[in-house]
Amino acid sequence: MENNAQKKDEQELLTVSSGEMFQPYDWSVGKFGSKFLHELKENKKLFGSKCPKCGRVFIPPRKVCGQCYVAMDEFVPVSDEGEVYVCAIIQFGFVDPETGKQRPVPYGYAFIKLDGADTCLTHFVDSVDPEKFKVGARVRAVFEEKRKGSLMDIKHFELVD
Amino acid sequence: MGKRVAVVGFGQTKGRSSRKDVNGVEIINEAVVAALADAELTIDDIDAIVIGNMDHFEGINYVDSWSVEGSGGVMKPIFKVTTGGTTGTTVAMCAYYHAASGMFDRVLAIGWEKNSESDTTGAIITAFDPVWERPNLGGAIAGLALEASKYMDNYEVTERDGARVAVRERLHALNNPYAHLHQEWMKGMEVDQLVELLVTSEQNQVLAYPLRMSDMCPRSDGAAAVIFASEDVAEKIAPIPAWMVATANRHNFALAGDVDMDRNTTMASASKAAFEKAGIKEPLKEIDVCELYLPYSYAGLKWMEDLGFCGYGEGPKLLWDGVTDMDGELPVNPSGGVMSSNAIGATGLIRVGEAAIQIMGKAGTRQVPKDVNFALATGFGGCYWADVMLLGKKKPA
Repeated sequence: MENNAQKKDEQELLTVSSGEMFQPYDWSVGKFGSKFLHELKENKKLFGSKCPKCGRVFIPPRKVCGQCYVAMDEFVPVSDEGEVYVCAIIQFGFVDPETGKQRPVPYGYAFIKLDGADTCLTHFVDSVDPEKFKVGARVRAVFEEKRKGSLMDIKHFELVD
Repeated sequence: MGKRVAVVGFGQTKGRSSRKDVNGVEIINEAVVAALADAELTIDDIDAIVIGNMDHFEGINYVDSWSVEGSGGVMKPIFKVTTGGTTGTTVAMCAYYHAASGMFDRVLAIGWEKNSESDTTGAIITAFDPVWERPNLGGAIAGLALEASKYMDNYEVTERDGARVAVRERLHALNNPYAHLHQEWMKGMEVDQLVELLVTSEQNQVLAYPLRMSDMCPRSDGAAAVIFASEDVAEKIAPIPAWMVATANRHNFALAGDVDMDRNTTMASASKAAFEKAGIKEPLKEIDVCELYLPYSYAGLKWMEDLGFCGYGEGPKLLWDGVTDMDGELPVNPSGGVMSSNAIGATGLIRVGEAAIQIMGKAGTRQVPKDVNFALATGFGGCYWADVMLLGKKKPA
């Protein structure tokens, strides 16, 4: 009896769940982001912005080159092909906070230096073979059939032989 | 220049995967009470508080006022600082600046996190750009695996090299009662044997190739508090205060895809600036102990090179030679480091506190077996930004 009474005192430690919390946002992408997403959606073309001082091409395009701290106003086309700069094969499962769905693992993930750009686009690659999917591998963008004006209008990148 | 400032007290909770027995306010209180006791001060002695964590891990956006009963901040100036992974070191810097300003003599720095309250990968993703990064980001594990891929490719570094870092951190953690991970099974085994086990064991699952479970930090619940005091009072509070010698922080890139993965450019720039200010020319020889924010194994190789402790590509040699072990020339992370405890908002501040107690001679079973004149603490965060703090035994000129 005494033991039970002790147990009664040791209450279970609780947590309180937030529930299915969801807070929608509408993020401005500005003139530069709008140009990128418009060209991607309508024409399957990729654009960067070029710094008038250092000449670097930034993708996604943006207004200010942070290194030179000058405004950019030139859009330049960037290839939909490029090189794997760094890569990883993701094998641990987790819930994507943007979609609330489990990311399908394993999948390839890389920073891709597109031809004509000096910064990388971060994206999925449809290979999980470490022999082929590695630093320096050539890749090409695969576009969604139905595009809605988002980075994910590029479905993923595929390895180019 | 402002007033000279020293660390005079440090308190921390034991890292755990989940502390359901306390809420956030209460875990903060545990660390503050411990720091006050360590410095033999009361909350009435504290003139200002700087507090930080990563808001999105707990979903509490007004931590400064929410935590006031636990932090001791009732009717005191409180400032909240949140800079991602570097939060703890930035909190320390801000507390230092407050004391150096001459406007506050005793400043309490607090860092905390309850990672158990949300999914860490999901929460980290929400810290990044919603339009250009979140749709395909895979949190810290994926991002760090990317860096490892480049470093391994550049210098023909192997999984064994990464595992050797993990072995060092986990062996050191066995000396630290506050570390979250205590891998007792490692006791008494040879380093080579442990490395072999880590790279061959199927239980040590690959999370994001090339990173295995053992290459990553845990997610922890914990809190830390450090008391900074101006030169007017520091020596009255602590017999051996740990003086702030130099600090620097650097931010470079906005989007992850912009990052130069060949080198950790912010860590290199910040440490160079701090060493120059301190007159340190040969960091390996002149610095006595490090508490570095190494969130994963390969950082213990590449970033050592960026900190100037060895040449590019020489990180593995420095490691395998035992230079960074407890009895080496430059012990790194006597506490077991981030790879043994990672309550993220507390993590950087724990680095500063652990560096301080090495100087103060209060590190107990993890005290390095040598004189400590200079101790280096670092912070690392988000898009490869860096905080560096150099502490010293000698009162700066």
